Amino acid sequence: MKYYTYFPGCSCSSEGGARAYDWSIQAVSKVLDFEFVELDDWNCCGSTPSGSVDELGAFCLAARNLALAEKSGLEMVTPCSACYVIFNRTNSYLKQYPKLKDKVNEALSAGDLKYNGGIKVRHTLDILTTDIGYDAIKARVRKPLEMLKVACYYGCQVVRPGFGFDHPENPQSLDKLIASLGGEPTPFPLKTHCCGGSLIISEEAIALDLTRKLLESASSNGAECLVTVCPLCQTNLDAYQSRVNKKFKTEYKLPVLFFTQLMGLAFGLDSKTLGLNKNIVSANELIDRIYNPMSYIKTRQAVS
Amino acid sequence: MVTEAKTETFIDEICSQPGGEGIRLCIQCGTCTASCPNADKMEHTPSELIAMARAGMKKEVLSSNAMWYCLSCYMCTVRCPRGIKFTDMMHALEYLSIQAGLVHAKTLTPTMYRLFNHYCSMGSLSELWFMLRFYLQTNPFRAWRMIPVAFNLLRHGRISVKPRKLTQEGSCQLRSILDKAEALGGVK
Repeated sequence: MKYYTYFPGCSCSSEGGARAYDWSIQAVSKVLDFEFVELDDWNCCGSTPSGSVDELGAFCLAARNLALAEKSGLEMVTPCSACYVIFNRTNSYLKQYPKLKDKVNEALSAGDLKYNGGIKVRHTLDILTTDIGYDAIKARVRKPLEMLKVACYYGCQVVRPGFGFDHPENPQSLDKLIASLGGEPTPFPLKTHCCGGSLIISEEAIALDLTRKLLESASSNGAECLVTVCPLCQTNLDAYQSRVNKKFKTEYKLPVLFFTQLMGLAFGLDSKTLGLNKNIVSANELIDRIYNPMSYIKTRQAVS
Repeated sequence: MVTEAKTETFIDEICSQPGGEGIRLCIQCGTCTASCPNADKMEHTPSELIAMARAGMKKEVLSSNAMWYCLSCYMCTVRCPRGIKFTDMMHALEYLSIQAGLVHAKTLTPTMYRLFNHYCSMGSLSELWFMLRFYLQTNPFRAWRMIPVAFNLLRHGRISVKPRKLTQEGSCQLRSILDKAEALGGVK
């Protein structure tokens, strides 16, 4: 059994909009024999916006969590790409600027904390593909995703600015993972292009256009669903898909799953345990097809 | 010999921000602009922004809408042949713009960022209250238009009315850390 400190982040917390991501991670962790131990009393990482409003405060928001994690000494893992970037950025700046580190520690001391800079922060995708590995994943597959065409969407911050485990513009880890589940990763030229991020709130028109491009690229390459590794990307592609359709007079109906949800389905886990009933664009057809591949093949043959 | 106290130039100001010092290395090749998904919406493209900053055009740079359209996708950062951390520099310009009170009037992103920071300083971001307050504060009509999206999220159990809370102890600890940070007055 492998253990990690787990930082779910606000979206994947039990009150967050992406709690299904968290559920599916917990479900696949049981199958793959690793455990994510949630960090006690963690606070919001500050994400990108905080640094622009209050720079030192933002470093302190991140550093409090890192200092708490340092007590156990385990590597910290987060499923959220934004949290992933913030923690790694904080680590690298504290290392690069000793004066900043002193200031952050001075602030932390007001809460009886100190951060030495020793916590490595990794993304769930990194843990599953590097530590657990494709072979171990393949060995647990009960319902192979045969003939399922999947667009593997990485988004930005899991691969950029680049804290290590995959290429910043042409990553492969998620594609290989989907292939090890028996699925067919489709060509997806925009796989690391931006979904619009938090600008979906303040500049909706701009963000919707970026989301539309992703949906267009995925569906024109024959994808039957999209998988994501980030709560915000999932929300933009899933919850705002109807807004894209309305604005651009399109008719996309692409289910957008967290990659761990699709893993869970391939492992034969129950769709409710994986939180698939929380998807806005229904994934029911997809679930039926994975659970009953024979009836799907028969219908397909009948059609052709 | 008498040395005059040097006044801080705009370039010095940017360089004193973490990640800002790279501005001196720019060769104006335009790779950042060509890589930016939002460059066409900006009043000044990313490379233009650097040239203006180096020419000391503080007011024009900080009152521009450019940095507020940055998506933090880090494409410019990974492609810059001089290794400039451009995304971080955009964040530094956002910070300086807020500090100088020069925020561009027509973009709503600064308001959104401020509200975001307000909620996460309390420990955890409540998606519902953050969004609701943002829409009501900026344009209640938009809140009206967002009802179908919100309704869908609610129907699928993705919105919590009650926000996540830290323990009493954790909240106090976070508050004292942030108060102390404020008293220390910035990263410089």
